[in-house]
Amino acid sequence: MALLKLTSPHAHTTQNTGNVMQLVLLATIPGALALTAFFGWGTLINVVIASIVAVGCEATIMHLRKRPVMFYLRDCSALVTAVLLGLALPPLAPWWLVLVGTSFAIVIAKHLYGGLGYNPFNPAMVGYVVLLISFPVQMTSWPAPMPLYPEGTDAPGLWQSLQMVLPFFNESVDAFTAATPLDTFKHNTGLLVEQLYQSDPLYSQADWAGVGWEWANLGFLAGGCFLLYRKVFTWHAPVSMLVALALCSALFYDGGSSVSHGSPVLHLLSGATMLGAFFIVTDPVTSATSNRGRMIYGALVGVLIFIIRSWGSYPDAMAFAVLLMNFAAPLIDNYTLPRTYGHKKPRKATEKATDTKD
Amino acid sequence: MRKIWSLTGGIHPAENKHQSVQSSIGSLPLPDRLTIPLNQHIGAPPKLLVAEGDRVLKGQVLAEPKGFVSAGIHAPTSGIITHISDHPIPHPSGMAARCITLEPDHKEQWIEHRGIDNYREKTPSELLDIIRQSGIVGLGGAGFPSAVKLGPKQPISTLIINATECEPYITADDMLMREHPQDIVDGIKILSFILGDPDEILIGIEDNKPEAFEALKPYLQDTNITLVEFPTRYPSGGEKQLIQILTGKEVPHGGIPADIGIVCQNIGTTYAIQRAIQHGEPLISRITTVTGKACATNRNYQVLIGTPISHLLQNNGFDQSQCPRLIMGGPMMGFTLEELSIPVIKTTNCILAPTAEELPTPPPTQPCIRCGMCAEACPASLLPQQLFWHAQSQNYEKLEAHNLFDCIECGACSYVCPSNIPLVQYYRAAKGEMRKLAQEKINSDRARERFEFNQARKAKEEAEKAAKREARKRAAELARAKKADQEASPGGADTETNSADDIIKAAMARAAAKKASPEEQRAKLERGIVRAESHVNAAQQRLDGLEQDATDKQWEQARAALEDARLRLQNAEQKLAALGAPTDDKLKDATVDTAKSVMDKIQASPREALEKKVSTLKERIAVTEEKLVSADDKTLKTALQNGLKKQQAKLKDAEQQLAETPATADQPNSTPKTEDAASAAIARAQAKAAAQESMSEEEKLKASVESLQNRLKKAQAKLTAAEAEGSEHIDAFRTGVEKLQAKLTAAETQLAEKTQ
Ligand code: SF4
Ligand code: SF4
Repeated sequence: MALLKLTSPHAHTTQNTGNVMQLVLLATIPGALALTAFFGWGTLINVVIASIVAVGCEATIMHLRKRPVMFYLRDCSALVTAVLLGLALPPLAPWWLVLVGTSFAIVIAKHLYGGLGYNPFNPAMVGYVVLLISFPVQMTSWPAPMPLYPEGTDAPGLWQSLQMVLPFFNESVDAFTAATPLDTFKHNTGLLVEQLYQSDPLYSQADWAGVGWEWANLGFLAGGCFLLYRKVFTWHAPVSMLVALALCSALFYDGGSSVSHGSPVLHLLSGATMLGAFFIVTDPVTSATSNRGRMIYGALVGVLIFIIRSWGSYPDAMAFAVLLMNFAAPLIDNYTLPRTYGHKKPRKATEKATDTKD
Repeated sequence: MRKIWSLTGGIHPAENKHQSVQSSIGSLPLPDRLTIPLNQHIGAPPKLLVAEGDRVLKGQVLAEPKGFVSAGIHAPTSGIITHISDHPIPHPSGMAARCITLEPDHKEQWIEHRGIDNYREKTPSELLDIIRQSGIVGLGGAGFPSAVKLGPKQPISTLIINATECEPYITADDMLMREHPQDIVDGIKILSFILGDPDEILIGIEDNKPEAFEALKPYLQDTNITLVEFPTRYPSGGEKQLIQILTGKEVPHGGIPADIGIVCQNIGTTYAIQRAIQHGEPLISRITTVTGKACATNRNYQVLIGTPISHLLQNNGFDQSQCPRLIMGGPMMGFTLEELSIPVIKTTNCILAPTAEELPTPPPTQPCIRCGMCAEACPASLLPQQLFWHAQSQNYEKLEAHNLFDCIECGACSYVCPSNIPLVQYYRAAKGEMRKLAQEKINSDRARERFEFNQARKAKEEAEKAAKREARKRAAELARAKKADQEASPGGADTETNSADDIIKAAMARAAAKKASPEEQRAKLERGIVRAESHVNAAQQRLDGLEQDATDKQWEQARAALEDARLRLQNAEQKLAALGAPTDDKLKDATVDTAKSVMDKIQASPREALEKKVSTLKERIAVTEEKLVSADDKTLKTALQNGLKKQQAKLKDAEQQLAETPATADQPNSTPKTEDAASAAIARAQAKAAAQESMSEEEKLKASVESLQNRLKKAQAKLTAAEAEGSEHIDAFRTGVEKLQAKLTAAETQLAEKTQ
């Protein structure tokens, strides 16, 4: 056998990009289960439709770009996008909504920018925002958590759910929709937080921050901790985002008055907070690069979320906040280089003149 | 317990060290031939002392160190030198280089040698010389000559012995410590003495070598040597990383450990130094690990330098069909060998023959997902993913800002990258490219300087020409005035004045050509001196600035450049001194005007020249500054800034000189002589004119025709010479000849008319 000429290092971890993505997928399971437990089959149906669309789009594009299709499908990045989008969309959303959002995410937001690793914006969030702007009604009709269904109403089964989602059945979802905790706060007029918590079963029957929502968020938190433990990402971005969000909400809690924007617990455990913190803000491609940069990035996402939730016209703000910060990430990168061994202080990526040579 | 600091980043590759520590350090039968590369270290190749056919004894010097950073080589056994020729050597590029082939005579006959009983009776520099003559280089890594590393200019407070051996698979140092603890400790004491007994002596060892730790420990009692154990993590054995772990200090960017009072030595090197000092044995063998699943036995051997790899492998049941790649060094930083005839050299710590399952060939590369795992692993706190990004787009400026050159090529980033990107390969390529560009920049800077100098010279010539034109105009006026005088006097005629005018003009031109020369030469020489001085300075600076680990070639080049610059400076100064007094004969046939002007110029010259210099320099600085403002290219900018600095320095010098030069033309020596010469010339020119006046018209015409013919001949000769030389003044000569021809024809027609 002729001896090969290869460059060092010759050893390599067995970890590959596909494994990393699979770990991420695995970590979404607790959150997905909680969502399903409280909001019915809709979430899983979303995820399945989105996955099929995403893999289809990815394969088609790779074929068109004349790349080996299977090789690229194996990195599972399209599946991650699909699953995250599926989880973020309202359960029981019509099939075409998922289709449009997912294909937009994969085709436009990912591949038009050059594919995996080159997209400046998080594809799932791009898909989400496009849908939110284009179809605000469908995008804001969340089903009520099952424990709060009126007496005698059964939760829709798998078949009934499918009939509400797929074409030709035209079963209406309306009977099942209700306001989310963040909606309620947004539209609260004149009630003290305490009164609101007592009057609305969404809170009164919950432990911390809204029936169902709190468990979904805790589920994603658990998944995030698993990923942290497996060192898929570092703590910097998610922790600083959560801390920033908590601090902002504590600052504007206003003692629970009628103009309060909600407690830190409410903000941390409702909406897409935990999904965002551990699965979106940590998206390495579109966030800042260095640990210091990621802390700044995460914190600013947290602040933006709070601002948009409190004073914007949308009840939740994850997607907007993330996309806005995606814009800023390269700038953050320029000023957050780590201090290299042997240097007195960190340099700037924009530095021009150099007084030092090798 | 001593405090230890933690390594930044780092990884935990599978260690695979147990395989090769099962048996003691073995020895191999002598191979049929040893191939000893002449250059096995960083630095200048040593000077060959033997020839083909020579019989040598074991330990005999084959080549002696040449230059400061160099190391000798010695015969690993007794035998005959059969070849001195090019042969593949251990190098990532697989290149061939000068090697000495030695056929052992199996007598193992040592050359006479003896150690030093009490090294403390010697001076450190004597010991350093022994180390140098014994061919000892850093055995742990790059092979930097140890004598250089052990003789730093800076005071040393900490001596660190690197027993880390963090690369997987390699156990050479581990086994050495287990088997020769006493010798190692002796070696450390020698190093301590050489370095002036530093306050602290630390041995850094990873916690995966408990046997070695225990073996060394008893020998360290009652010494000031501290054995420091720290967690196993690659690359804690990198010199900079080890220093960080043991002291918490960092070697400053662009510096060496000695800058922070630290010297680091590999434990194998320490042992080799002990053998050299206490036994008088040069470095002719080393411990090498032979390992990997493609070898039936995995073990360490005391291997003679020059032993072919094939010999090592054959003695360990190597199965080549199982081994897709053969690695010299460890799996993280080693390089692949494509030939089995490549010899073991001083830095060969391991031969790794893995099977395909053991170290699989890398899977295809996927896109970077910017996961940041590489940055977490990087011991230098770089951002490998950004470096990769910019290396791909060849954005060298950004690479520089991201400190590419602080990358130690440890491979930790590539190891962890889930997308299997061969990051280090990109960095090596980019570094090579950037070094090349830097060299090109230096060259282009030089070219720019030359260009600016030429521009200035041209401007000066232009100014001189203008001055000449001015002089000619004045001369013409003078002549006209004379003519008016002559018209008033009887016998005065046009032709007379014409010819007189001609003579004056011609003489003036001639004189102008000549007068320019001493002055021009002087200025040229002065400029040359300034330039030479700046070259000397630059060369000196370069030499001073060279790092200790600079290659020997760099050292030699720098020194050669300095020598060269000095010589040139001397030359120029001598020439200037020789020119000191402008020679008389050059002025002899100058006419009145030109002689005077020459005199003026010479009298005024030092100060005037200086003033001129100052003003040109000022102009140039202004131009450069303007350029600098409008330049947006980085390289150009730095180049301009450097140029500006130099110009400003020159300006300062010139201004100082100017201040020191007396304003009044108090010219020593040369002035009286020049004056004499000038008045003589004036007298002669007047005599000539007077003689012409006393001639008849025809005679005058004839004389003028003759003189014109003469001059034409001379001018033509000059023109031919100029053409032959390809001189830049050809055009001037040519016009001169044409003019003369025209005048000659005119004069001849006149003469013909007159004589008719
Ligand atoms: S480890 Fe590889 S994929 Fe991850 S950021 Fe670094 S280079 Fe990119
Ligand atoms: S090879 Fe260079 S960039 Fe990569 S981990 Fe080592 S020092 Fe850092």
